[in-house]
Amino acid sequence: MVDLRDARSVLIVLDTPAAGLRSPALELLTLARTLGRTTAVALTEPSAETLASLSDHGVERVLVADLGALDPSVVHLTPVAAEAIEAALVACRADVVLFTSSFVNTEAAARLAASTRSGLVLDVAGVTDDPAQSGLVGAKRVFAGSWDVSCAVTTPMAVFTVRANAVVQALAAEPSTVEVERFAVVPTPASTAATLVDRVLHEAPVGGSGRPALAEAAYVVAGGRGTLGDFAPVEDLADALGAAVGATRDAVDEGWVGHDAQIGQTGVTIAPRVYVGAGISGAPHHRGGMQASGVIIAVNNDPDSPIFEIADFGVVGDMAEVLPQAAAEIRRHKG
Amino acid sequence: MRIVVPVKHVPDIHSNRQFTPDGRTARGADDGTLNELDENAIEAALQIVEALGAEGRAASEVIALTVGPVEADAALRKAYQLGVDRAVRLTDPAIAGSDVFGTATAIAAAVRTLEESGPVDLVITGMAALDGLGSVVPALLSADLGLPQLTLASRLTVADGRVEIDRDLDGVTETLTASLPAVVSVTDHVNTPRYPNFKLIMAARSKEIVAWDLAAVGLAPDAVGEAGARTRVVSSAPRPPREPVELVVDKGEGGRALADYLIRNDLV
Ligand SMILES: Cc1cc2nc3c(=O)[nH]c(=O)nc-3n(C[C@H](O)[C@H](O)[C@H](O)COP(=O)(O)OP(=O)(O)OC[C@H]3O[C@@H](n4cnc5c(N)ncnc54)[C@H](O)[C@@H]3O)c2cc1C
Repeated sequence: MVDLRDARSVLIVLDTPAAGLRSPALELLTLARTLGRTTAVALTEPSAETLASLSDHGVERVLVADLGALDPSVVHLTPVAAEAIEAALVACRADVVLFTSSFVNTEAAARLAASTRSGLVLDVAGVTDDPAQSGLVGAKRVFAGSWDVSCAVTTPMAVFTVRANAVVQALAAEPSTVEVERFAVVPTPASTAATLVDRVLHEAPVGGSGRPALAEAAYVVAGGRGTLGDFAPVEDLADALGAAVGATRDAVDEGWVGHDAQIGQTGVTIAPRVYVGAGISGAPHHRGGMQASGVIIAVNNDPDSPIFEIADFGVVGDMAEVLPQAAAEIRRHKG
Repeated sequence: MRIVVPVKHVPDIHSNRQFTPDGRTARGADDGTLNELDENAIEAALQIVEALGAEGRAASEVIALTVGPVEADAALRKAYQLGVDRAVRLTDPAIAGSDVFGTATAIAAAVRTLEESGPVDLVITGMAALDGLGSVVPALLSADLGLPQLTLASRLTVADGRVEIDRDLDGVTETLTASLPAVVSVTDHVNTPRYPNFKLIMAARSKEIVAWDLAAVGLAPDAVGEAGARTRVVSSAPRPPREPVELVVDKGEGGRALADYLIRNDLV
């Protein structure tokens, strides 16, 4: 029997090639190896650190977009990114393209799937070969994490976005020699019909750069209206756990934290190993973004708060007292 | 100014959502509402028109457009209550089972059909339907219609034949601009939707809903629906119910109990 992994060509899209690769990208590399021979595409120049990670993951080829005289910011236009990735797809004759899950990647993946007539499954927790379905199957959680579904792609080419923390990253058995190849990017006029006037990077997330990014963190401590604007207890517990800080939309609307911290249907979707929600009622809009978390812990002074319905463990109490005590206890345990 | 707002009839977010045995979203006749985020899109369209002079307003039209079964009229009636001028529903048995591509193809075809009676300057959508949460239909519409894509707008201005937006995403804020016509999607931060107007509530009951089928928008049945779908749900199951919550009432030891839970479950 033919091993599909020899025959299949997998293209993975690198999010931050100019810096080092972050864990969602390393998870993609790990997943890609289980599906076929892997090529990476970078829309900006990869750093030495990135090339080293690709080698550790057995990637033999990286295709780097060459923008020629174009303004480098055009790759931030989703339609341009999609066209560049399509050129890479043609170069490596990819059967599968993998992106990490993010707002921008979702749109680039959709445009790519549209122009290449590929099937698209968003925000999957895994991709497997299913001979019974004669194609690839993406597993995902829907309806605020309350249902598990598998979607089979019925077209020859498949595009997936993969959610963070779903795959356990591992290095390849042997490092590879990475060959860097450049390909020219010439955007069509249609893809530059909208132009980028300005692009401002936000400052490090709440409370400093030492914390993991929310979308990819394995631990998240989130605060809501019950913080009354004081996020210090949330940050304290987050630091004790090595967690990212999240928030409800109400806390964002009050200006207590930046929009980047918003978890929910119109914010970031997360699925960490542990989620702690403090002073959060558990409205459906918020649950939609966090209900797929592994373990859910809630601290709320109202025993009737709906968040307790989906929690594994809850403390009925004032978060301003409960969180610092928990943080101190965890620090003591960690020594 | 002619603005099309694609809207969706979705199960109520508070309802218990499920799949049917053949892998489709189960829909009841009476549990649906207008997708909340589409209210932001309608509001954006109304504000753009209201900012025009009297002459501009008189020559303007805001059209709510939906693809879905007859039940989706509930969403269109809500759009009328908010103040849209016209409502169109594209309904055809062949549309059932459409994936995001089929949906976008159908909406794009309906937009083209609307263009036959006058240019469309803007297509404004909500950032996501709160049922599927795919968020890709706006991008697909822009690709299909060949119009500039300005998605996830948290600020939107239209002036002198141009549209400009700000968007916040993944740690950056971007400002994008394009000349009209264009496809825009808006977030819930872009505005505060108005409440339905009493006079309009009364009038909405009897306002006309234009019903089209695939032939009316020039689409072949196999371009949409199950025939055109590129993915198929092969299994679906509710997740096992969680164990009941282990609840501790804080009497001075609540924080320690929380830490102890993490420690005993090997989570720290
Ligand atoms: C279209 C739309 C999209 C939305 N998208 C999102 C989204 O993406 N994310 C999101 O989060 N929300 C979203 N929302 C808002 C959502 O519906 C809720 O309003 C919001 O999540 C509630 O935030 P909260 O839990 O912080 O506040 P509340 O609901 O006010 O809850 C505060 C909780 O804090 C508790 N509390 C108060 N004081 C203390 C204390 N000292 N100690 C412990 N507990 C205390 C209270 O008992 C209460 O349960 C959206 C809404 C709409 C209409």
